Amino acid sequence: MLLMTDNILMQTISARNLSRDFDSHPVVKKINLELKHGEVLGFLGPNGAGKTTTMRMLTGNLAPSSGSVEICGIDLLDKPSDAKTHIGYLPETPPLYQELTVNEYLRLAAKLHRVNSIKICSALDEVKLQCGLKDIGNSLISSLSKGYQQRVGIAQAIIHDPDVIILDEPTVGLDPNQMREILSLIRSLGTKRSVILSTHILSEVTNVCDRVQIMHQGQMVFNDSLSGLQEKEISLDEVFSQLTMDNKSSEKK
Amino acid sequence: MILTIAHKELKSLFISPLAWILLALIQLVLAWIFLGHLDAFLKMQPQLIQLANPPGLTEIITTPLFATTAMVLLMVTPLITMRLIAEERHNQTMTFLISAPISMADIVIGKFLGIMIFFSAIIALAITLSISLLAGGTLDFGLLLSNVIGLFLMAACFASLGLYISCLTTQPAIAAAGTLGALLSLWAFDITTNDVNSIAQDFSILKHYENFNRGIIDTFDLLYFVLFALTFLVLSIRRLEEERLRG
Repeated sequence: MLLMTDNILMQTISARNLSRDFDSHPVVKKINLELKHGEVLGFLGPNGAGKTTTMRMLTGNLAPSSGSVEICGIDLLDKPSDAKTHIGYLPETPPLYQELTVNEYLRLAAKLHRVNSIKICSALDEVKLQCGLKDIGNSLISSLSKGYQQRVGIAQAIIHDPDVIILDEPTVGLDPNQMREILSLIRSLGTKRSVILSTHILSEVTNVCDRVQIMHQGQMVFNDSLSGLQEKEISLDEVFSQLTMDNKSSEKK
Repeated sequence: MILTIAHKELKSLFISPLAWILLALIQLVLAWIFLGHLDAFLKMQPQLIQLANPPGLTEIITTPLFATTAMVLLMVTPLITMRLIAEERHNQTMTFLISAPISMADIVIGKFLGIMIFFSAIIALAITLSISLLAGGTLDFGLLLSNVIGLFLMAACFASLGLYISCLTTQPAIAAAGTLGALLSLWAFDITTNDVNSIAQDFSILKHYENFNRGIIDTFDLLYFVLFALTFLVLSIRRLEEERLRG
């Protein structure tokens, strides 16, 4: 019994039989996704595989057609507000208010995520330190470069110290240095929390993630730990192209 | 949470010059009208004294001033409410609000509250102008209060309708055009129906405001305003919920 509750506590995301149709066209088909505390999951798949749809369902932005999602043991569909306090989400386009300054924006994010008003200041300082935003707190978001805007996006996802962080292609449009910084930030976040990282760059996954899941045509086609892959001496590249190639050949027909 | 959203909404509003320009222009127009009526009052004064029960300052100046403010609000509402939801969608910031542990009702009511605070500032301009009359005369505070309540309730109806139409689209400009069209049609009910007992008159927002304008607080008018505003707030919440379900 003790073991079971331990198990539930360790599990930060548990999605079962998650499906989603758009106008009776299935986009996500009965996928299962589980994530443990302190785990970084690489979430791969070709464009249009249903990754973003899945992440929108996991964060409560889209209601699933069927299936259930539990965040830290709280049902997302039953108690959305309680479950959402444990999630930090960075969508594909960072949801930034261009007319606010970095400080104003992050303070708003903290307030909306129910951070205690006494703690907001220290949370703000800490998150700015983590994301390298210390010197630009008073700049308008609209004046920042793409890389800095992306960092502000990550900062708003982690300011309330969530247990689960879901990042949808966080390194798109960044230069190699910025990419490395963001990845090391994700790595350090992953030690204490669980992270889902969606990306198209396979090397990012091998560098940062503990486990990888590949989605293809709405289904989960691969789920293994990276150490498992290494033991079998298979490269992620091979796995990915093998599992998702058939799409292209069928399209050619 | 509702207050956080309202605060955010006001901040976005006052960061842009739009709100300030509108307030300045409204003040200009209201002051103009106010001075015009004041002038007329001063010219009429010798004749008024001869009447047995002459209308006072409030009836001659404040009542038409508030009627004008109502029209001004009708024109300003689309400009203010267009961005509420449409712009959040357009900039893809809606995700930011929906991912936060707040309900759709919090978002809608918070935004509505923010707009109402801005509208209160416009109403305050009209009140201040009226109060300045105390420098040279007395006011009928009952009539003034009835006007203020009426204008506030009418503003709430405008805001909730504008908010709902902003929920329907991704383009702020389309939301503005839609809201202006809807408000003008509600006004048209008032102009086109001359028959006092016609049902169409019961639907006109301005017709209901007219009673408040004359100092009559009728429960039917009160109920109309409250139901109108509530209906569109609920519709807005439902619309956003439905979007989450249908994607």
